[in-house]
Amino acid sequence: MGTIMGGISTLSLARWHFGITTVFHYLFVPLTIGLGMLVAVLQTAFYRTKDPAYDRMTKFFGKLFLVNFAIGVVTGIVQEFQFGMDWSRYSTFVGNIFGAPLAIEALLAFFMESTFLGVWIFGRGRVSERIHLMSIWLASLGTILSAAFIVAANSWMQHPVGFSIDPVSHQAVMTNFWAVMTNSTFLLAYGHVLFSAFLTGAVFMLAIAAWHLRQGHDLAGFGKAARIAIVATLITAVGTMFLGDSQAKQMEQQQPMKMAAAEALYNSAYGASFSLLTIGDLSGQPIFQVRVPHILSVLATNTWNGKVQGINQLQAEATAKYGAGSYVPVIWVLYWTFRIMVGLGILLFVVGGVGLWLMKRKRLEQSKHFLRFASWMILAPFVANSVGWIFTEIGRQPWVVYGLLKTSDAVTIIAPGYVAASLVGFTSVYTLLAVVEIGLMIRLARVPTPVLSDTEVDALPELIY
Amino acid sequence: MLGLLTTSPSGLEQLWFGLITVLWLGYFFLEGFDFGVGILMPFVSKDDLDRRVTINTIGPVWDGNEVWLLTAGGATFAAFPLWYATVFSGFYLALFVILVALIFRGMAFELRHRSSASAAAWWDRAIFWGSALPALLWGVAFADFVHGVPLGANATWTGTFFDLVKPYALVGGLSTLSLFTLHGATYLGLKCDGDVRDRAQRVARWLAPVTFAIVTAFLGWTYLTAHSRHEVGLVPPLLPIAGVAALAAVGWMVRERLEGWAFLGTGLVILAFFTTLMLNLYPNVLVSSVSPSDTLTISATASHRYTLEVMSWVALIFTPLVLLYQGWTYWIFKKRVTRPGATSAPVSTNV
Repeated sequence: MGTIMGGISTLSLARWHFGITTVFHYLFVPLTIGLGMLVAVLQTAFYRTKDPAYDRMTKFFGKLFLVNFAIGVVTGIVQEFQFGMDWSRYSTFVGNIFGAPLAIEALLAFFMESTFLGVWIFGRGRVSERIHLMSIWLASLGTILSAAFIVAANSWMQHPVGFSIDPVSHQAVMTNFWAVMTNSTFLLAYGHVLFSAFLTGAVFMLAIAAWHLRQGHDLAGFGKAARIAIVATLITAVGTMFLGDSQAKQMEQQQPMKMAAAEALYNSAYGASFSLLTIGDLSGQPIFQVRVPHILSVLATNTWNGKVQGINQLQAEATAKYGAGSYVPVIWVLYWTFRIMVGLGILLFVVGGVGLWLMKRKRLEQSKHFLRFASWMILAPFVANSVGWIFTEIGRQPWVVYGLLKTSDAVTIIAPGYVAASLVGFTSVYTLLAVVEIGLMIRLARVPTPVLSDTEVDALPELIY
Repeated sequence: MLGLLTTSPSGLEQLWFGLITVLWLGYFFLEGFDFGVGILMPFVSKDDLDRRVTINTIGPVWDGNEVWLLTAGGATFAAFPLWYATVFSGFYLALFVILVALIFRGMAFELRHRSSASAAAWWDRAIFWGSALPALLWGVAFADFVHGVPLGANATWTGTFFDLVKPYALVGGLSTLSLFTLHGATYLGLKCDGDVRDRAQRVARWLAPVTFAIVTAFLGWTYLTAHSRHEVGLVPPLLPIAGVAALAAVGWMVRERLEGWAFLGTGLVILAFFTTLMLNLYPNVLVSSVSPSDTLTISATASHRYTLEVMSWVALIFTPLVLLYQGWTYWIFKKRVTRPGATSAPVSTNV
């Protein structure tokens, strides 16, 4: 079949292809969702109060939002197409179910966000203030809706519901659309994704506002932006953690192997302890570990002495059920991505809490250490979002659709050279885009507000692009 | 076994073949002029301001237009999974080129006016190539659907990239390239003012007969080869003839400066062009050049009834809404785009 090239199979190339393009795409998506809503909030504040500080902040963060939105859009097209390109056997198997949310996402969400964003960018001064405000809210709603459908599709892969297998074509066939859209996995995952996206937007805004406050730029404007961002950071960090905790309990029910691997828990245990840190390997005989008694049982089952299943028992169970093979995902990836994600979530919660405390004490602008630290936190949500998805997706392996289709049976039968060319191509293009994008973002984020509005906004009102 | 049965499509399956056709028609009508504007930008502009005028004619709408492609792709995935899987994996490199082109083009719109002059020159190249390559390759791909691709049993691809670039497919690609460019020229004639408008109309005047020759050759080729290939194919000669006639009329309209009519005309030619191809394809979705028994049909690739029913309800409720608000944005931005300071005349649609 010609699926091996120099020892590298089409399968591993296709997996890297999906991993790299998806992680890259998802750097921008949460910021689009989170910052979109915050820009709408800023504009609403201006609409209500007519305080020009809010107008400056709307324009300032609006610009960053647009640059970010564009790259999310263009990398998103690749996402929809690569299912067919690299995973044609997967696409044939799941199309009846997986295709529907994708099509609905485009029809309901993508049209809405792109059309109303067009009105928002080009409509300033041409449509009424009310319509202009409505257009940013509708664009924001579009981004929120789009996440719903794609997460529903992903949740079906994690926990298939509302389907049967066609005896002739061996395709998964949808029997209950409502069940797919109310999948328990979806409801929690969607909440977690939304809260973490809003958290991303909030921390992004806080970090940049904090930088300007330290420089002494536009204290009225960035002071307001920082305050909104601090409150948003705190609320969304709590929401993200709360839902994540519920997901852990659900995971123990639906995908116990993912939980066991995340904890490197080899044997089932009652009242299992939580490993905070491991030095050495994760094979069960670590050199040095810090463990907190009972916490894993509490995390996974909500009871002090609840049973958490171990890798060895789950592997034996899976072999009995699905036949020979390894059903254990890459343990060290799961162990560390889980800890980095949770750790960063807690850290951002603390940042929000300290920020609120400084706000209440009216010491925010004077707290240089906090402002400096908050600026560095800009990296945290992006890392957390990436490792969170890597955890979820790697943790499902060897399955692409849990219990139904293995990743190795999902890949297109194609010479590896094609996938290798595309992988190299997209990786190069995306690297170039990242350099241009991050450079531009830093440049735009550092320009103090009044200068920006003079040269860029007012000089050529007729021509936006 | 992928169930390649030769049954005739059910009503619901026909409906979805029709809806996907409509989505592609919408995409090519709308993004067609986007592509044309991108291709023409270097030729109708003398300076940076001209280029910005050109880009701003599609500024508010190009992204929404591109969503038609995503919707067509998603709908094909949902309604005809095997069609989606086979085409997207089979046209691997062509799709890769289209995707990279669309990435650079989209980024260029957003970034060129924020870049230095030297970087902007690179983004301008991205706009040209990012528009020209997809305009060419979509025509190649659709011609291949009709005339066949190396498809073996069970929808497995047996050929290489070069099996996709046959003379017929190349003429198909040149047809869409010239047609979209002409569509862009009539759009610019309608949507901007001053020198850019004049230059676009000048281009349209000589491009119209060239396009006429290419498209007539392609549609003639398509028509002549259609019946011999599969008797069940449905090719009413009315459509290609209407398309060619409309194209001839466009040649006259651009001379008479009937801007609104000329734009409508190029749009109608695009609709007639792709409807002809899709009707020619029916009841297949992808023709095998290896063996007729390996050709993919509507009914063999379609999703089950329940999925199609759910999708029908969603489409029925939301498509009118989308059309309504997307149409509304064209209404908001109906004014001609001009260089700053120039007085802008309202669009006289001449319809």
